[in-house]
Amino acid sequence: MKPMVEIIDLHKSFGKVEVLKGINLQVKPGSVTSILGPSGSGKSTMLRCVNHLEQPTGGAVKVNGDYVGYTRKGDVLSEISGKALAKQRAGIGMVFQRFDLYAHKTALENIIEGPLRVLGQSRSAATEEAMTLLERVGLRNRARAYPAQLSGGQQQRVAIARALAMKPKVMLFDEPTSALDPELVGEVLAVMKEVAASGMTMLVVTHEIAFAREVSSEVVFMADGYIVEQGDPNLVLRKPSHPRTKDFLSRVL
Amino acid sequence: MTALTTEPLASDSTPLKLAPRRHYAQVVGAVAVLLLAFLLIQSLALNKNMQWSTVWRYLWNDQVGKGIVTTLVLTVICMVMGTILATVLAVMRLSKNKVLSTVSFAYIWFFRGTPLLVQLIFWYNLAALFPTLGIGIPLTSVSASVSTNVVITAFVAAVLGFTLNEAAYMSEIVRAGIQSVNVGQREAALSTGMTEGQCMVRIVLPQAMRVIVPPTANQAINLLKATSLVAFISGGDLLSAVQDIYAVNFAVIPLLVVASIWYLVVVSVASVGQHYLERRVGKGFTHFSEDAVRDQIASIKAAQGGNV
Repeated sequence: MKPMVEIIDLHKSFGKVEVLKGINLQVKPGSVTSILGPSGSGKSTMLRCVNHLEQPTGGAVKVNGDYVGYTRKGDVLSEISGKALAKQRAGIGMVFQRFDLYAHKTALENIIEGPLRVLGQSRSAATEEAMTLLERVGLRNRARAYPAQLSGGQQQRVAIARALAMKPKVMLFDEPTSALDPELVGEVLAVMKEVAASGMTMLVVTHEIAFAREVSSEVVFMADGYIVEQGDPNLVLRKPSHPRTKDFLSRVL
Repeated sequence: MTALTTEPLASDSTPLKLAPRRHYAQVVGAVAVLLLAFLLIQSLALNKNMQWSTVWRYLWNDQVGKGIVTTLVLTVICMVMGTILATVLAVMRLSKNKVLSTVSFAYIWFFRGTPLLVQLIFWYNLAALFPTLGIGIPLTSVSASVSTNVVITAFVAAVLGFTLNEAAYMSEIVRAGIQSVNVGQREAALSTGMTEGQCMVRIVLPQAMRVIVPPTANQAINLLKATSLVAFISGGDLLSAVQDIYAVNFAVIPLLVVASIWYLVVVSVASVGQHYLERRVGKGFTHFSEDAVRDQIASIKAAQGGNV
């Protein structure tokens, strides 16, 4: 079985600060990988390298067999055009910490924008699919609301629907519940569980240990730009072997 | 612990009355302002030198009317072309491409750094620099040219001068608008597979409009009045028209009043337009939208089994 996402010796520096110091990770199709670790450990940067929102300074990321942002000729990775990169990104969904719904568009318009402009679907087909997705995230009756009129939890559920509307092969979640009031976390996690159950390959940067244990097939623990420990959630979360993992879990649990 | 006691609010157990604060100074101020305004109007209205009958007569004069049309046409053309050019310049200025951003920087530096009137007179006198204008393919003999004075009429010079100058100022406004849009909006759009161009046109610029429109209205009003500078190159605008008239009948003040009245009328109409435009581009940034409120009421009704 080929990995759906493959991260190969990934390095990323911002100026002189090296945030990722050589990350290697393979993600199986249909699996859910939770990425845990203290803030500043490079979790989000790694996730943002997967759809090339951050450009790696070294190493590479492959999604579904293709180098993201590059094409390989012999031993050289050449940067691809903006158009080709956009095409790759269309197959990689992303959900952000601050939701980032288009503020000037309604929930429905947010969801159909990609299918209309990128996939070239007809408005009626895109709308029909969007309404089905809104139903799936429990927000069918809020289709005409603007983001400012929705709660944080509702906005994040629309954002998940927006990403799903592109029928991605992989979904990236960058701390999807960190900006939410505590009572709204549950509704977003419930939608994410449902997406996981549908067979979607998911990479989730999160602080929700319970979610990681319950839903993910693999847990990755990062510290100081390295993956220090990874494996079965029951093993890593119950009996961590690395001192950094032990330390982190003792603080958050 | 002793129990806390509380006194009834009003002596007769009714709720206390709320007395709003009286603004006496405001009343005194209003009376003073009204008095001064009355004196000013009286001194103008009863002033024989104002020649109100002349003002009234020329308010509806054909030549003045043509001047207004020229002023309006010039303003609209230059504002539209200037804004389009400004948007291109702003995107160039923000581009990672060093060539594009430097070209944009140099353009803005030059056109903001030299007086508008100088630019205007320069374009009008372009023939002194380039007697003929031509296009041709370098290193071949294929070319065509015309006399500069035929192409650069006063109107064309005005359009060139105002458009290029306006674009320099407007591009800074557009740039500020683009930068006011949260970077997350761009990243979200890119993550769904939009190209940088689609993202700019569909997601960033529409939201930037909220920040761009108010200062743009300012620019438009400024430009409307700045077009009076074409009087220097006999451009046939509103000010040129009244100047031509008072050059003959010497009724300088009444005709300047005529021009001012029309400028005020046009600016007032434009301000109303600005109000509606701001409401339109503010879409999604208020918590009130009738559709959404109706949906919410419907869902509350449904949740309560229709017992509202």
